[in-house]
Order: sequence, then structure tokens, then C-alpha cells
Amino acid sequence: MRRPLHPPRPVGGLNRAEMSWRDKIRQINMSLLALITAVACIGFLTLYSAAQGSLEPWALKQMIRFMLGMGLLLTAAMVDIRNWMRYAYVFYGVSVVLLVIVQIHGTIGMGAQRWIDLGFIQLQPSELMKVALIMALSRYFHGQAPEDFRRLTSLFIPLIMVLVPVGLVLKQPDLGTALMLLMSSGAMFFIAGVRIWIFGIALAGGLGAIPVAWQFLHDYQRQRLIIFLNPDQDPLGAGYHITQSKIALGSGGLLGKGFMMGTQSRLNFLPEKQTDFIFTMFAEEWGMLGAVVLLFLYSLLVAWGYSISLRCRSQFSRLLALGIVTTFFLYFFINSAMVMGLVPVVGVPLPLISYGGTSMLSLLFGFGLVMCAHVHRDIPISRSGAVED
Amino acid sequence: MYHNSESARLFGRRAAMLAGGQAVLVGSLVARMYYLQVMEAERYRLQAEGNRISTQLLAPPRGLILDRNGIAMAINQHNYRVLVIPEQTPSLNFTLDRLAQIIPLGESDRIRIAKDARRRRSFVPITVRENLSWEDVSRVEVNAPDLPGITIDVGQSRYYPMERLGAHLLGYVSVPSEQDLASQAADSLLELPGFRIGKAGVEKIYDLALRGKGGRSTMEVNSVGRVIKQLDRIEGEPGIDLNLTLDLRLQEYAAQRLGEESAAVVVMDIFSGNVLVMVSTPSFDPNAFNRGLTGAEWNELNTNPRSPLTNKAISGQFAPGSTFKLMVALAALEGGGISPDMRVFCPGHMQLGSVKFHCWKKGGHGSLDMVGGIKNSCDVYFYEIARRIGPDRIHDMALKFGLGQATGIDLSGEHPGLIPNRAWKKAAMGQPWHPGETLVNGIGQGYCLTTPLQLATMVARVANGGLQVVPRVARDEIDGRIVKPHDDHPQWPSCEVSPHSIDLVRRGMFGVSNEPGGTAYRARIQEENMWLSGKTGTAQVRHISMHERETGVKKNEELPWKERDHALFVAYAPEHAPRFAISVVVEHGGGGSAVAAPIARDIMIEVQRREVTRLNEMGKRE
Repeated sequence: MRRPLHPPRPVGGLNRAEMSWRDKIRQINMSLLALITAVACIGFLTLYSAAQGSLEPWALKQMIRFMLGMGLLLTAAMVDIRNWMRYAYVFYGVSVVLLVIVQIHGTIGMGAQRWIDLGFIQLQPSELMKVALIMALSRYFHGQAPEDFRRLTSLFIPLIMVLVPVGLVLKQPDLGTALMLLMSSGAMFFIAGVRIWIFGIALAGGLGAIPVAWQFLHDYQRQRLIIFLNPDQDPLGAGYHITQSKIALGSGGLLGKGFMMGTQSRLNFLPEKQTDFIFTMFAEEWGMLGAVVLLFLYSLLVAWGYSISLRCRSQFSRLLALGIVTTFFLYFFINSAMVMGLVPVVGVPLPLISYGGTSMLSLLFGFGLVMCAHVHRDIPISRSGAVED
Repeated sequence: MYHNSESARLFGRRAAMLAGGQAVLVGSLVARMYYLQVMEAERYRLQAEGNRISTQLLAPPRGLILDRNGIAMAINQHNYRVLVIPEQTPSLNFTLDRLAQIIPLGESDRIRIAKDARRRRSFVPITVRENLSWEDVSRVEVNAPDLPGITIDVGQSRYYPMERLGAHLLGYVSVPSEQDLASQAADSLLELPGFRIGKAGVEKIYDLALRGKGGRSTMEVNSVGRVIKQLDRIEGEPGIDLNLTLDLRLQEYAAQRLGEESAAVVVMDIFSGNVLVMVSTPSFDPNAFNRGLTGAEWNELNTNPRSPLTNKAISGQFAPGSTFKLMVALAALEGGGISPDMRVFCPGHMQLGSVKFHCWKKGGHGSLDMVGGIKNSCDVYFYEIARRIGPDRIHDMALKFGLGQATGIDLSGEHPGLIPNRAWKKAAMGQPWHPGETLVNGIGQGYCLTTPLQLATMVARVANGGLQVVPRVARDEIDGRIVKPHDDHPQWPSCEVSPHSIDLVRRGMFGVSNEPGGTAYRARIQEENMWLSGKTGTAQVRHISMHERETGVKKNEELPWKERDHALFVAYAPEHAPRFAISVVVEHGGGGSAVAAPIARDIMIEVQRREVTRLNEMGKRE
């Protein structure tokens, strides 16, 4: 749905400093919205089935959250991209402070401190941080020329920007989110143009650090890794989740057991079927065919993100859009690889489908930024942050 | 704009590489899904079914055991149980408090229930009390609305309405042992909690037929095992009702006649082998085992010198005493080279080397032929015969008539007894046979051991003219699950003994019971057409010293019970057309003629009366 670009004009046009509301609304990428809605609808359907044909207790709430999230998305898209850039560090700083507050005042949930209860919503700063870190890194790299990366010192500041929240999230402890932050920032470094050999060194260093890191892992985290390596050693205990998940997936076969006919999930053999293992339930009922369609939709969304990113004129917008899309990719890849037994069980939800408010809102907010980059794609921004003419 | 376009190019390259990497990852997801959902689909489908489906076995009702006239000897009783399902109660204690106002509920029960409730999932029923009376059941049912979570459940337990009567023969049922589970692994019924199998007697031998075939109910269950719905139900086959050859009224009469004695009686049909009576006293109430015995009761049963738990008719081994002389006589006539007319003089003892062997009659019997020897049960006559023919011939003859080996009756726990010969002694003791042992063996003492059932079989084979009849207690022949009626006169193999020899022995037995001077003359039957022919036996269980012989042998009444003689009597009747054989053994009862023969007489009169009544009734029907 490519709209013809108007040629740049001194006054008016899309690359002018100010866009009118009408222009912005006209620039909204309807395909992106349609794709997001399609995936979310699959989620509603699966949650409806998980409740054995009832909107309660999950599907209806999820729809309401989606509506709210769509509002958030459109709002974020309407904000001038330069404002996002201007306040990127502030947003990042606030997120860091919230992470610290969680350490101090956080409520204990699922054995880890992750939430701040604001009364009307339980705020999960680590979710906020996923977006904030990408914004902050985008702004930083926007200000760097590719040749700047030859100096290793230029990587010092962004590394600190990454490691501070990663450390805080690890302390919660939330290994999954910490790894997500590391991986999405790694992707940011990569697309920003950091030399490839540096990644080689970082990877080698990371592997070397594994024995050290093992000492700092919690028992349940070690257990998960051991179970990942050998799920059959304790099929009724710690390996139960992954064993039952594989049974559900495999028994779905090519065409699935049919909508609301998944025995593994209906009879509760499948744990967390409405949250982290919802992909399993979907694939049990719809088979490999349904799962491939879902993966295709996800990939299409990511591809759309790429095309939006590549059409942006400013490095900030490009990095922001691709960073968000990469985070989204990591979400669905890690979740589906986890339920298939390809990676260890980590608490990563299936984006837009798993039941849960914070991740839905933060994801849609993220897509709001992608949309914002699209809407403001022709606005050039100088390294200092000013509009270039 | 320079740096921007430069960055843009770099960005484009890097984005393409990143996209490539992501495409590879998505590809790996699809490959993994193909592996799980297509290549391994069948395996996982089976595992999912295994998760979902739970099969419950349905226990079939156990077959009844009836006597020959259809009187029930083993039945299944409803066992009413009160169950509580914790999750259906507002609070377990509340419901149990209410229940305690209706039926008695002990503190120990409450502790056990609370323990079970903690251990099991809350929808699993817990047994509150078992074996409820009908009154209690009604009271619980009436108050059901006030007892949320309480249900009444009917199970089955074995009950023997005749109690002590025939307890040994019937055996008992109990939970399968480890060995049972291993040897009968094919029948999953055995794994049912509370399922019982036959452990002894008829219950054991015919267990498979009585057990029936289990049904099965297939249910869909969820991850915590709760039943969602029943998918399928296959009813099993109930166990087969088993008719015994036993006549319960005769059994009852015989048991009463034996009274407090430690004794065994077997009455059998000499042609069919049908056992009409098999009593072993004292007996026990098998239902006590189901109810649960107290320690004291168990001790009493186990340590009682009269061993009430043993079926003496098949497991009690006694020296046959003079009843064995029938076998010695036959062995002598058949190839022993002894003429029935050969006479032996009995001076009251026989000298062999330096040892003196006494006859039971102090003054001696004088000159006797074979019929006289049997009639008077003269020990010296049989010492002489045994000395001439040796133990091996006697052994071979005794085995033909069913001694020295299990008869093969359809009961468990039968003992083989023992008939000695030279080879046996060499093998068992490593010593040669002594001539003195031949004499002792000739009067059924020494190493000889027989069971009452073997003695009855022996006399039945004498009475039927040498047919190797095998005793049995089941009226129907049950082979696996097919029940077919017995041929009433099966073709038994022959003992291959000449009719003349058997006639001669029977003439001796006739004399025992029906001629003045016979050892059982006083216990004869005078009723028309019911006369019996028999043979007495008195088996000595202690050594009588020279000193005692000189000062006078002690009477049985003067001895402690354990040292008294065993009283034996074997007989058949009616004498002119034999039908029934009997053996009576009274442990430490005293003399065969004084104690065992009168018992046999009374029982045989009753047996024949019942037979006459039965035939008359059959005649009327026709």
C-alpha cells in the first residue's frame, strides 16, 4: 500500500518541519494496522477456546486491552518523531529509575519482583525498558557517523546504557527479559554499523562467561536449563511443561484437532495455556497448517517493519523502527522455540496473543513508534536533532 | 546529507543481513514444527490419548459354590460402605460430625479419614466405614440431604453361610500375593484394589472359573485425574457357579457325629469318585478371616493341638494300621505265591531273631487262613505273610490302590503320604531294609503314612472291583471356562488284580463287620440292604516297652491325649451291591473298632438313607 510520495517542496509536503493532523492521519499505514489486528484476533479466538468457548475470563479482557493499546499506538504515531527523539534519554532515565523502585518497593509476583502497583494498573518497568532502551540507543547512534565506530571508545556509552538495565532486570531476577534486552541491543549495535569482529569478540566473551554466570543463576533457572537439555529425565516434575507441550504440538498433527477440540489444553494437561504456552494450544487445535499461517503473519509484520524502516530518511527513525521490530521478532521466536523445546523455558509471552496486559500495551506502544517513524518518514533530522533542510 | 546516505547504505546492508538471520530462525521453527507435527505426530498423538483416557476395571461377581443339591456354601454379600468426597462437603469435619450423630464413628476412624483426605485429591472418595448393617444404610440414606459429600457404595465380599461346615474344603479368598501378581500378570483384575482370589481349597482350584472376566469402563480424565465423561463400558462376565459333589446335610450329620474329636471322615461314590462327605474336625469359621481376627483368636487357631486350620482329610498323614492289611493280603494273593487257604498259627507273638513281635490279642488267635486273618485282624498272620513276600510287593500293590501318592483330587494342599520299600529306604535314609521292618510294615505301622482320603480311595477301589477311581469334589468338570457335566461312570483304568483276590479280601471284610468275632461286629449295620463291610485299624503312636508288656499294657484312657492310638475304620456299603466307600480316622481316638467303626456305621446308614430317599424322589418324578 505504497502511497505516492510527493516531491519535496520548500513549504508543505511531507518533509516539511511541521505536518498537519490531516497529513499525519492520511499517512497511517493501514496494512500494518490490519496485520496487527489479524494477529490479535487469532489471540482472541485462542483465548476464547482456552476458556472452553467463553469470553470469560480471558478473551473479553484481552479485547479491551487491545482497544486501549490501539489508542496508545495511534497516539504514539501522531506525536512528532523529533519529540520522541528529544525525550528518548528522559524516557530511558525514567525507566531506569522505575526499575530501581521495583527493586525497593516491588510486589512479589511469580517469585520475582517485577511490578509496581499503581492501583489501576500494574506497571512492569522491564517492559517499558524494552522500548526505552531502543529509543535511547537509536538516539545515540543517530548522533554517530559510521566512521565513529572505528573508535572503540564510542561504544562505551551505549554499552553502559545497555548494561545498567540488564543488570537491574537480572537482579529481579528475570533472565528472559535480560536476554531479550541484550539481544535487541545487540541487533541495534549491528544495524547501526558496529564492526562485525567486535560481535565475534563479544560472543566469545559471552561464552567464556557462561561458567561464571552459572554460579549466579537461581536454582529454578538452572533447573530449567538442565530440563531443556534433557526434558525426559523428569517428565512429571520439572520437565512436565515442555513434555506436555511437545505432546500437544505433536498430537495436533498437520491439520490439528479442530477449534476447541484440543484435548491437552481442554483437560489441563497443558500448563499456562492462556499465557506462555498459548502457541502450543493454537498449534494443537489448528495443526502445523495453522501454526505456519501464524508464523507467516508474524514474519509479514516483521517484513512490514523492515520496509518502513528502510524508507525512513533519518537514522533515528530507521533504528527505532527496526529495533522495535527486532524486539517483536525476538518475542515470537523465543516463545515459539521455547514451546517446541528448541530453547529453554523462559518467561517470554507470544506477542499480541498471550493473555497479559502489560506486554500487549508495551508492544502496541512499540508499534506506535514504528507507525510514527512511518508517518514521519520523510522528515530529515540532523545529527544534533534539528530538522535538516 | 553525506553521512546520512552513507549511514543509509550501511544500514541497508546490515538490515539485509539481520533479515537473513531472522529468516533462517523462522525456517528452523517451521522445520521443528514439521518434525513434531508431521514426522513424530503419531507418537505424540498416542501419548495425548494416553493422557486423556483412563480405563477402570469392573470387578465381576464371583461364582457361587453350591452343594450337590444346590444349597449355597459360598456366596457374595453386599458390603455397604459409607464414602465421603471431601470436595463436596462444606467442611469435612462438619459432615463427619453430622454423620457421627447417625452412625457410630470412632475417633480412630476420624483420624484415618483426616489422614486420607490430606493425602488424596479432594474428589477421590474416602471410605468412612465398611460392612454397614441395613439399618445403618437406611438411616444414612434418609438423612442424605443433611449429609453433603456422603455417599453409600456397595461392594462385594465373600460369605460362607455354612460357617464351619466344609470350611476346609471350600478354602478361602484373599488379596493376591506378589507371586500371584507375577504369575497371572495377564489378568489385570488382580490389580484392582480389594480384589480377592482363591487361596486354598475349591476357591483356589476353580479360581479362574469362579473369578469370571472383568469388564472395563473407559473414561476421559483431565490432568488431575478427575473423570470428565464415560466414553465406553464393556460389561464383564460373572464367575461360573460351581456345583460340588458334597451333600451338605450328610456333611452336617458327619460333623455332628464326630463332635469334639480331632478327626476326619471321607465318604465317596466308588464308581464316580464323587466325594459326598469330607469333614475335618475341629473346624473354623472362614468368615472370621474376612471380618478380621483378633490376635488371641489367631493364636488359638494356630496353636490348638487339634489343628483346626488343617484339612486332615487330605493333609493329615496317619499310619494306616490294620486297614493296610487289605493291601498286604492282595499283594500276597497277586504274585506273592500265598494261597488263601494257607494257615498260620498265632500264639500271640512272633519271634524274629532276638526280638518278639506281639499280636494285638494277648493269647493269640490260633490257626487262621486269610479270611480269618482279615476278620480277626491277626497281626501274627500278617507278620508271616509280609515276611514271605517282602515290602516291595506290598508297596507296589498299595500304590495301585491309591496310597503313597496324591490321589489327584481337585483340591489344593493334598499330601502324598508314604508307602516304604527297600529302594525308598536306601534313598531316604541310606540304610538297608531290616527284616523287622517288614513285619511292622505288614500291619501298617512303621514308615507307612496315609491320608483319610487315600484310605477311602483304597477301599473304594476294593469295592468297585479294582477300578482306579479318582475322588473329586466338583460336580461339573471345569476346563478353563467351559463347563460340561461329568460322566457319572467314567472309564477308570484297572488295578489289574484278579476278581478272585478281591473277592477273597471282601469276604474277609464281610467277616470283620458281619460275623461274630469280627473286629467290628459290634458296629455292624442291621438295617435291611444296608450292611457294610469294613476293616478296622488302630495305629499305635508310641513304643510299648518290654516292661510295660509284662506289667500290663496301659489302656488308652490312662494315657495323655497325644500318646493315644489313632482309631481308623474303612468300609463300603451296601455290602451286596457296593456304592459308597468311607474312611474314618480319629486322631488319638483309641481303638478302631470301638471308636471309628461306630462313627462309620452311623454315617453310612445316613448316607444310604439319603440315597434311598433320593432314588424314591427320582422315581416319583418319572
